[in-house]
Amino acid sequence: MSSVLLFSIIMLSLLGVVLAVILYLVAQKFKVFEDPRIDEVEAVLPGANCGGCGYPGCRGFADAFVKAEDVSSLFCPVGGNDTMNAAAAVMGKTVEAKDPEIAVVRCSGSPENRKRIVQYDGASSCKVATSLYSGDTGCQYGCLGLGDCVAVCKFDAIYIDPVTLLPVVSDEKCTACGACVKACPKFIIELRKKGPKSKRIFVSCINKDKGGVARKACQVACIGCGKCVKVCPHDAITLENNLAYIDFNKCKLCRKCVEECPTSAILELNFPPRKPKVEAEAQVEKTE
Amino acid sequence: MLKTFSKGGVHPPENKISAGKSIEILPLPQKVSIPVSQHIGAPATVLVVKGDKVKVGQVIAQSAGFVSANIHSSVSGTVESIDAVLDSTGYKRQAVTITVEGDEWIENIDRSTDLKKDIQLNAQDIIKRINESGIVGLGGATFPSHVKLSVPAGKKAEVLIINGVECEPYLTSDHRLMLEKGHEMMVGIQILMRALNVEKALIGIENNKPDAIKYLKSIVGEYKGVEVHSLKVKYPQGGEKQLIKALINREVPSGGLPIDIGAVVHNVGTAFAVYEAVQKNKPLFERVVTVTGKNLPKTANYMVRIGTSVAELIAAAGGLPEDTGKVVNGGPMMGKALTSTDVPVTKGTSGIIVFQSKESKRKADSVCIRCGKCVSVCPMGLEPYLLNRLSQRMMFENMEPEHVLDCMECGSCSFECPANLPLLDYIRLGKAEVNKIIRARKN
Repeated sequence: MSSVLLFSIIMLSLLGVVLAVILYLVAQKFKVFEDPRIDEVEAVLPGANCGGCGYPGCRGFADAFVKAEDVSSLFCPVGGNDTMNAAAAVMGKTVEAKDPEIAVVRCSGSPENRKRIVQYDGASSCKVATSLYSGDTGCQYGCLGLGDCVAVCKFDAIYIDPVTLLPVVSDEKCTACGACVKACPKFIIELRKKGPKSKRIFVSCINKDKGGVARKACQVACIGCGKCVKVCPHDAITLENNLAYIDFNKCKLCRKCVEECPTSAILELNFPPRKPKVEAEAQVEKTE
Repeated sequence: MLKTFSKGGVHPPENKISAGKSIEILPLPQKVSIPVSQHIGAPATVLVVKGDKVKVGQVIAQSAGFVSANIHSSVSGTVESIDAVLDSTGYKRQAVTITVEGDEWIENIDRSTDLKKDIQLNAQDIIKRINESGIVGLGGATFPSHVKLSVPAGKKAEVLIINGVECEPYLTSDHRLMLEKGHEMMVGIQILMRALNVEKALIGIENNKPDAIKYLKSIVGEYKGVEVHSLKVKYPQGGEKQLIKALINREVPSGGLPIDIGAVVHNVGTAFAVYEAVQKNKPLFERVVTVTGKNLPKTANYMVRIGTSVAELIAAAGGLPEDTGKVVNGGPMMGKALTSTDVPVTKGTSGIIVFQSKESKRKADSVCIRCGKCVSVCPMGLEPYLLNRLSQRMMFENMEPEHVLDCMECGSCSFECPANLPLLDYIRLGKAEVNKIIRARKN
């Protein structure tokens, strides 16, 4: 009985040793060298695997970051400057700071502003709806409100407002990964600079129709009148195809265009409330 | 035992309300808007400018390439504008708007109604005339006819198949055309046979149109090589691949064309248009449109000039009833709901259907239980439930090996689904995305 036990133990131990030696030799022969810094860089990344950087997940980005000679084109929008600095420190490099960005929805066509003229009854997806028809209002450019952007957001940063039926981006949660920008079949969402204290100004419309047509479809459409272009002291606004566009690199957030816009198509976000006009005029009189 | 195709198919209620109404000529409208892209392929190039005087039948936009078609003025009058107007999907597309003044046709159109039987042109000239006359497939797909007739080198057409199936419920325009223009259509078929150099033509008609079958069988003896076949009723028999299978029991290979197996399919409406173009010199500027609906005061089959507003058609049929839920351009299975009735009739408009609101709502969808009904009804042998899932999860590259491009969007799967899932909506999206992938690969 004991000899059987002994025999088994010895045989199995021998087998273990032999196999271990084979495994070791094979592992040595087929060893793949992987830069240990890839692991280190990956450790400092957010780990959201959102793909916002353009690489398949954080590991892919770390791999590209370690291998790249010039890292200026690489940026993790979720982690922002802190993460990029930490990753650069691993590599002993420095990176330029980038201003944080945020997704903005360039449509204000709530049911109140933009009358619904058609009822859509198909699959609940903006992409499907776009392939079928122009949209449930007179504006063929505007938001369909079926929430493709909400479905792709990994950070729970966007939701459809039940009253306006438009997507709303959360200032705190949005990481500017750009998933919603790619998901929107109408190209309504744009990544813009977040601005100091999240203050930002943008034209909340992408309607390229002529003024009258655009206005008929939606009360807050950009009608391409060009008043904002004239009033802007910083040459930040351009007008193309009946649509104004504010260059966020040139905009100094003076808010003159917002006041000038006859259809309130230009939105200002997170600014303190303006002083009532009468008071401001009174002050001017006093100083005189 | 009547013939039909073997795989799949459904039986939607027929509702051919307007089948007994003979074709009426719709009075000339005040104004027409003629889109420059009414066919598959490149949009035609506009030849006229604002203020030009045009006559009926004059070319106003020229075919831009091989797969494209000429566009002719359907009225005489003054060009009011060349601008983007709403099309049936709600997007704006370029169109020529003409104010109607009188009804003056260009001189070389033969306006007499006598039947002209002997064909003078040879094959090449016939194809040239069809190309010049802007004829496209009038069954609804609007593929330029001259392309189908130009058989590529190395392939040979053996049989011409004429599609008189009209398997879509409600529509009756082809049915009326067969009854009223039977002889003209037969001559049209002879012309197509000469263009293709084939000896045999088969007309396929579903047996829910016994009067048309009887009439055509009674006159077919006068035309050499033409046969009339009665088919079992089953949707989508009017799909060209299904019709070929039903009539000559051959299958078009996946990704192939009917010419690969020696067949060429044309619609009866196209055959009639070919007759008019070749024998009467009349380009394609009017077509038969069925206007129907259970609630509509009057259902009718109208001969309509291209570019007439749909609103005018509906007004002629007694106006929109109060309880209207949806107006569909085309048949109820494959047609598309209009976003506005202020859109022009195009070469592909076979019918305008007005639905009551209770008919026009989709039922609430639930979840797929993999019952397989969609698989059993798919006439192309696809797996719609799977394609739907892949598309919803944006796994478009996995859809190509599942032969999503073979889908002809007949809607049988969505019609049959007991969970009311919008299967076709997602499959159509998948098709578009797969086409994009293929184009990107080619470049």
